[in-house]
Amino acid sequence: MVDLGLEVSERDGWAVVAVAGEVDVATAPRLREQLIELVNHGRHHIVVDLSDVEFLDSTGLGVLVGALKRVRTNNGELALVCSESRILKVFEITGLTKVFPMHRTLADVSALD
Amino acid sequence: MGEVVELEIPARPEYLALARLLVAAAVAGDPVFPEDRLDDLRLAVSEACTNAMEAQARAASTRAGTNGNRRANEPIQIRCELDMEQVEVEVIDHGDGFDPDALAEHPPVTDPNRLDYERGLGIPLIRILTDEVDFKPSPNGTRVRMVLYASTAGLPRPS
Repeated sequence: MVDLGLEVSERDGWAVVAVAGEVDVATAPRLREQLIELVNHGRHHIVVDLSDVEFLDSTGLGVLVGALKRVRTNNGELALVCSESRILKVFEITGLTKVFPMHRTLADVSALD
Repeated sequence: MGEVVELEIPARPEYLALARLLVAAAVAGDPVFPEDRLDDLRLAVSEACTNAMEAQARAASTRAGTNGNRRANEPIQIRCELDMEQVEVEVIDHGDGFDPDALAEHPPVTDPNRLDYERGLGIPLIRILTDEVDFKPSPNGTRVRMVLYASTAGLPRPS
């Protein structure tokens, strides 16, 4: 069994999902389910904290893109926390840094009103 | 001729992490490969193996009974050849032959309509991460050949 850590917490009005481990086609479905569950419970402002992610592939990117679509449909937002260069690079080369609000640390995410 | 490492992994998603680990380990001993090129290699191999598994699953789903199951259960073959200046990796599946040029075009990622598509990022990633790539589809499967140079210093990188 491949491990994927998922911890949900609250911060300044955002639902924060801290992800740990490797996100690929084996583990991405669990992240997708977690994000859909939050949206279905009316949480439309979500931060996905990728600080402890060691690997992320196109399946993981796809899950985040799908979740962004869901929250924006509800006038929400999905922000990412990422500082590790190997993970940042995947967003940079696909152009997705222009699509997601990206922050280096959780403390950089502004509080919601 | 460089050093050749050949391996096979079961065509199941939970073995992708193993494929990444083994391919990176085959190259990691070489001092000319910097860590960021190893990251590129891990990701490119993972994307190619994911595509290979999906191609076999598609081939299996279009065939009835044991013939389909046999296709789905074929292992994915990975062949690495390490040279002084580059690593060449081939990923070989037993699907129906995969033509990347036949894929649907998606809008650019900055187009809000692109958010309707969760898929379609894997092949572009492979093309960006590798220095050479070619897909050889046949009715018995696809052979993806990827080459990464040890150093891409001085080469233009997409922004």
